[in-house]
Amino acid sequence: MFEKNEVTLDELRHLISDRAIEGDTVLLNMGPQHPSTHGVLRLLLELDGENVINCIPDIGFLHTGIEKNMEAKTYEKAAVMTDRLDYLNTVGNNLVYCLAIEKLVDLDVPPRAQAIRVILTELQRIASHLVWLGTHALDLAAMSVFLYCFREREMILDIIEMCGGQRMMATFIRPGGLWRDVPVEFEDAVRNFLKIFPARIDEYEALLTKNPLFKERTVKIGVLSKEDAIRWGVTGPSLRASNVKFDLRKAQPYSGYEQYDFDIPTQTEGDTYARYLVRIEEMRQSLRIVQQALDKLPYGPVRSNNRKFVPPPRSELGTSMEAVIHHFKLWTEGFPAPKGGVYVAVESPRGELGVYLEGDGGPKPYRVYWRTPSFVNLQVLPLLSKGHLVADLIALIGTIDIVLGDVDR
Amino acid sequence: MNDDLSTIVSALIERYGVEPIEFRQQVSLMTPAEKIAQVCLTLRDEFSFEMLSAQTAVDYWPQQEPHFHVIYQLYSLTRNLRLGLRVPVNGNQPSLPTITTVYPNANWHEREIWDMFGIRFEGHPDLRRILMPYDWEGHPLRKDYPLGYEEVQFSFNYDEIDRRKPYARE
Amino acid sequence: MGIEQKLGNMGVVTLKLEQAVNWSRTNAMWPMLFGLACCAIEMMSAQASNYDMSRFGMELMRASPRQSDLMIVAGRVSRKMAPVLRRLYDQMPDPKWVISMGDCASCGGVFNNYAIVPGVDEVVPVDVYVAGCPPRPEALIHGILTLHEKVRGEKIKDWA
Repeated sequence: MFEKNEVTLDELRHLISDRAIEGDTVLLNMGPQHPSTHGVLRLLLELDGENVINCIPDIGFLHTGIEKNMEAKTYEKAAVMTDRLDYLNTVGNNLVYCLAIEKLVDLDVPPRAQAIRVILTELQRIASHLVWLGTHALDLAAMSVFLYCFREREMILDIIEMCGGQRMMATFIRPGGLWRDVPVEFEDAVRNFLKIFPARIDEYEALLTKNPLFKERTVKIGVLSKEDAIRWGVTGPSLRASNVKFDLRKAQPYSGYEQYDFDIPTQTEGDTYARYLVRIEEMRQSLRIVQQALDKLPYGPVRSNNRKFVPPPRSELGTSMEAVIHHFKLWTEGFPAPKGGVYVAVESPRGELGVYLEGDGGPKPYRVYWRTPSFVNLQVLPLLSKGHLVADLIALIGTIDIVLGDVDR
Repeated sequence: MNDDLSTIVSALIERYGVEPIEFRQQVSLMTPAEKIAQVCLTLRDEFSFEMLSAQTAVDYWPQQEPHFHVIYQLYSLTRNLRLGLRVPVNGNQPSLPTITTVYPNANWHEREIWDMFGIRFEGHPDLRRILMPYDWEGHPLRKDYPLGYEEVQFSFNYDEIDRRKPYARE
Repeated sequence: MGIEQKLGNMGVVTLKLEQAVNWSRTNAMWPMLFGLACCAIEMMSAQASNYDMSRFGMELMRASPRQSDLMIVAGRVSRKMAPVLRRLYDQMPDPKWVISMGDCASCGGVFNNYAIVPGVDEVVPVDVYVAGCPPRPEALIHGILTLHEKVRGEKIKDWA
């Protein structure tokens, strides 16, 4: 287990400049365990004093082998592992996996399930942005924002726990709809949250937006131009802060998003401050979506009736023989999926989260590939950090909003 | 498929001899391996597919012809179209031309495919392992690579597994 | 504290050296920031305002291993990360304790494959295991209080 684990200078010669070989600049290891790398990310920095000449990210310290492990489980049982990828957007991961299964086997989803999926996904987006804001501000030494954000996040986690039984990894969204209907306290809890949250966003803005210390550390730091963002495949708030009005919820709507009316915030400068403003505005737009979805919530079933793919409710097992046969077949063997591959993408708080799912006629997925936004967005870090100081690098890692579970899978 | 996409697909069929596959309203083109860089360049410059969304591979072991399919997903922001490309590769040490010159973010995608599947990309500036440790042997996502699980410790085999497990004592 | 009860407040407190040392160790145990994955978010929630860990003496989390006494391994440990974990454990000065937080650190959790070390006790010796995926902040605090009880029971011949 303790084999050679360091990359030597020879292997990296092609990535660092000649000045490092001569000894003019310093090679520093900002190791996997560091307070502000938001997880286990290793950066090899080439420094000239405090200026960053080059920054080489080294990932893989959280590689979990989820893709291979999902190939060994049936479709429905593998949904449990999907929560653990981007652990701040657990509902979104479940959603994209179930959308991929539903597309592959051509399964319908009732409208009530689609509306509740939208509500939970948007609440999860707000929760993810709160963690981003708390940790980003903590890195820039604004500690009280961290405490305020986590206080609000507890309210959202209570709502998710009320539905799914667990605060973070609820696996509430299943193929064909939801696991079960939401309890009666759900609507009151969400309305209560909608009533108090806009004032809280104003509180965070009052602390940070016009704060000269915050602006000094974020304006003109890490400017990403529009062409660079598109060439490097950056998606999500980082792309929208570089003046590209693109959101997958509007461009290729899924799960009923076309019925709701919301704006896409954009900014033009493309620096850290612009990304901060975009995410704050996104939280407000998510509140609008939740309000509309909750007002229009239709009555009806929450899971598809297609018993070839969806197990029957336990109340039916006492009376119907077909229900028992379906229950047995689905939980022991699983449902078969046709041969062929589909690619489905949704808008996660970090960007485009996509699943490429290929079936082979059997009950287990043949290949599940997760196109995760943090993996692609992290490639831009060397580009953004050229010419900045090491302290700015801390702000940059925070602003790209990476989650290492997403990067390493 | 809609009309925009069908004109693009027919233009590509004429020029490069690709075969379209349509499954669940999603279009994929089977492209021969030598032509992939040119196809991507045409799609980016002429038909404005500016973004590479995803690049991955699928292993079809024990079938050897093709052994892998490398899959590309391209997206056009201006036209709001998605297009997939599939490239079949054969053999145990396959190699493909790289597309990092066309789409720079393919850099890490191709490193990951090399790490997980063992498919080389000719012309890639920096092909080394990205997710596994540097001296790992084998390519984990291949179908002939074992899952590597350890036996579950129930009460009937608790003691024997306890004896074998390498606990750290100090 | 024994004599004081019998003779009233004499202005002098007597207690064993063990009790004094163990009391001071438990009341100011500083954890090292070792949040790896999802459990780290619950650890941050436990440190934040709702389930405050500062009331138990863990006011700050020190990033440097040289300045901390408790290592809470929160999250899954992959094979690439295991040597790093061992090196950081070796850099911590005595006395040190390890809490293995969550299922992945205790036994491999949901994952049973080539990339995850099944249980961090193959790398470092663990004092308290906290179960859950991820464990609630209250569960983590219960684990920390269990560790405090264990430390209070340590005898002088263990560490002298």
